[in-house]
Amino acid sequence: MRFLGEPIEFEKQAGIGSPVWRGRAADGAALTAFAVAVRRADGRLAALWGSDERARAGGFRLHVVFGLDAGHAWLSLDLPAERPAYPDLSGIFPAAGRLQRATRDLVGIAAAGDPDGTDARPWLRHGAWPADWFPLRHDAGEGHGFANAASDYAFVRVGGEGAHEIPVGPIHAGTIEPGHFRFSVIGERVLRLEQRLGYVHKGVEKLFIGKDLAEGVRLAGRVSGDSTCAYAWAYASAVEAACGVSPPPRALGLRALMLERERVANHLGDLGALGNDAGLAFGLSQFMRLKEDWLRLNGKFFGHRFMMDRILPGGAALDLEAPALAAIVEQCDVVGREARALKKIYDEHAGLQDRFLTAGAIDAALAREFSLTGLAARATGLILDARAHRQGYTPPPPWAMLGVRPATDERGGVAARVAVRFAEIFESLRLLRELAVGLPAGAVCAEVPPVPGAGGLGVVEGWRGEVLVGVSLDGAGRLARVHPHDPSWQAWPALEHAVMQDIVPDFPLINKSFNLSYSGHDL
Amino acid sequence: MSISGLLWQFFAIALALALAPLLTGWVNQCRAWLQNRAAPPLLQPYFMLHKLFHKDVVLAHGASPLFVFAPYVVFGCMLLACAIIPTLSTDLPFAPAADTIALVGVFGLARLFIALAAMDIGTSFGTLGGRREMLIGFLAEPALLMVIFTTAMISQSTSVATIVETLAHGDFVINPSLAFAGIAFTFVSFAENARVPVDNPATHLELTMIHEAMILEYSGRHLALIEWAAALKLYAYSCLGLALFFPWGIAEGDSAAGLLLAISALIAKLAVGGALLALIETINAKVRIFRAPEFLGTAFLFAVLGLLVRLLLESRV
Repeated sequence: MRFLGEPIEFEKQAGIGSPVWRGRAADGAALTAFAVAVRRADGRLAALWGSDERARAGGFRLHVVFGLDAGHAWLSLDLPAERPAYPDLSGIFPAAGRLQRATRDLVGIAAAGDPDGTDARPWLRHGAWPADWFPLRHDAGEGHGFANAASDYAFVRVGGEGAHEIPVGPIHAGTIEPGHFRFSVIGERVLRLEQRLGYVHKGVEKLFIGKDLAEGVRLAGRVSGDSTCAYAWAYASAVEAACGVSPPPRALGLRALMLERERVANHLGDLGALGNDAGLAFGLSQFMRLKEDWLRLNGKFFGHRFMMDRILPGGAALDLEAPALAAIVEQCDVVGREARALKKIYDEHAGLQDRFLTAGAIDAALAREFSLTGLAARATGLILDARAHRQGYTPPPPWAMLGVRPATDERGGVAARVAVRFAEIFESLRLLRELAVGLPAGAVCAEVPPVPGAGGLGVVEGWRGEVLVGVSLDGAGRLARVHPHDPSWQAWPALEHAVMQDIVPDFPLINKSFNLSYSGHDL
Repeated sequence: MSISGLLWQFFAIALALALAPLLTGWVNQCRAWLQNRAAPPLLQPYFMLHKLFHKDVVLAHGASPLFVFAPYVVFGCMLLACAIIPTLSTDLPFAPAADTIALVGVFGLARLFIALAAMDIGTSFGTLGGRREMLIGFLAEPALLMVIFTTAMISQSTSVATIVETLAHGDFVINPSLAFAGIAFTFVSFAENARVPVDNPATHLELTMIHEAMILEYSGRHLALIEWAAALKLYAYSCLGLALFFPWGIAEGDSAAGLLLAISALIAKLAVGGALLALIETINAKVRIFRAPEFLGTAFLFAVLGLLVRLLLESRV
């Protein structure tokens, strides 16, 4: 199969997960041409990573996943072992910039563009290891014993009368994840924001190497704790595609239950935090009460408040009895009623709306530019949801039968992201009721015999956006390379734009309305 | 001035020192209840002060003597303010030392020192907070002066004690001008005491802070003094508001019975006032910082209205 009239042959991946086609670019020029065609067709750059294939194929491999109307196109490009280089895609997809820098830091394959346009600064490497050592190469070893060299990072300077910088973080006044934000401001007005991330780099991708499939799902569930179900499902889906296994229908229903519960829990927490960040602490305590009840029910019936390790390759690690399903339906009614009451309070609170409506706007063009997915993209009016039908796209089971209605809003600002979160809570509650009532009977887990040398890609619509996990197995059927991709990769640069021309004290509110992952990004 | 008057004066100061953290604790407790949270103990601010006084001071490398000196100045200013505002009795030996206009100056002096100290160490947050504080200050002070002029015109004096005597113990007259002045004063008090909707004393978001951003680098006894001074400021403003607009209960002489009544009345009034403050804070969101001038502009407008009402309507009676 071919896409967009480009001469690259794609083959559909096995399994019943999100539709993914695999193809191979003959050379860098073919990759660039395909990327340009995708960008012209309003497609997205979904993920980019590298792998060391010197043991198997004699060189390195670049993997680029594009989001198309019909699904995902996973394109790989083989690179020579000596002087591996590929064309710079950041001119076509700005979101590629940081992904390329991270790939160079970790695998040692670099984008070769024009010397002015390609960013040569490290991204995830903060001086904890030397520039000529690449942790994800097979011959890298453990990498202990490097002296921690302080690295001097060249932020872009903004000059001019009255312009000055405000450095914020990586340690913040609140208990939140670390990240550095460099504001260039005049007075309170933000001229430019530059982020520096990577402070929670913990070598997740290296830890995957050599694990068996069951150990892998535990690690995948810990890439970003607030999206543990999304990551575990994406990983499981990738492994199932690689090994040609289809999970039983009941397992898919249970996974969807967990994913939607994860979505509701995060939206409840964030809506409360958004009220708090605008000075309305009442909102926080109300929403946190709802979230706490929600998590306690998780703890009671799923055995874990965040439902970690409940999704396995081949299915689910638990089954729900009728009383549990009844309790879930009942809780949906209670939370739906209370969330509606709180929505009314938020909607009618003049002070809160004044803060929400004026801050953090991005438009659909910018969302496309940065390949944004998930709630931030839907808040600009883009209908992008891997669970929902759209022109030329049929969602995988169990979503196809549920008729998911994606929540969108045209305004693109904090208010739009709040509105989308509320709408998604109500839609998820509807889905949870349908899933609980119509859960198919049968087994909850299938055997997954590893297929040596196979590979697969899993895509799941997490609460933040599209979570992707690429998996490839080695000759012994163990994990050779796993790459988890968080939607935050695309959303962090969009946040830099969302805050431009707003004022400094509005940044926390704008930031919270996205609530991006540091851990999922820093890996 | 009498010996017993002097004793009561010192008692009033001691009472301010003791009651101020209690008022802060009470407001925090009310806020927690209104938000459906379990409240911290009423005495939490005292525990906090106790802890901070027993901690070592960590000084920034670039700190000048001004940074070390400022907490004492700020604390001293607030103590002086509490000494000249009649809380229990109008017979205050210290009151002639400063009138209401000087009182505004005392608050201004404290603000100047804390903003200078915040900028002294050269962190971006300190400068940010200092800058915002001066923005709030230069808008709040004129409004406060206007409020005071209105009350001063009623009593023909700028001495706080005289104003209170006239309002509390003169013939009972309904002054519409005081209603306008009261609204303006409430607005100013919220801004001056770093409360929602202008500032948020509970926030952890360093980029949105005003008062908290200025004191981020303080620790140990310096921080304790500043926290105590902040509590004293809230107490002073509350007492000033009560003295100007609800003066009933404040004793004129220094009879023990009158003063006992005054203490009970004060505590009751502060309890109600603190609960109201918590209520207003709970139902409001923090305004965008560039809306703070609108907020304080409204306060100024109300204060001017009060003055005009006084001039045009009441002075002919």
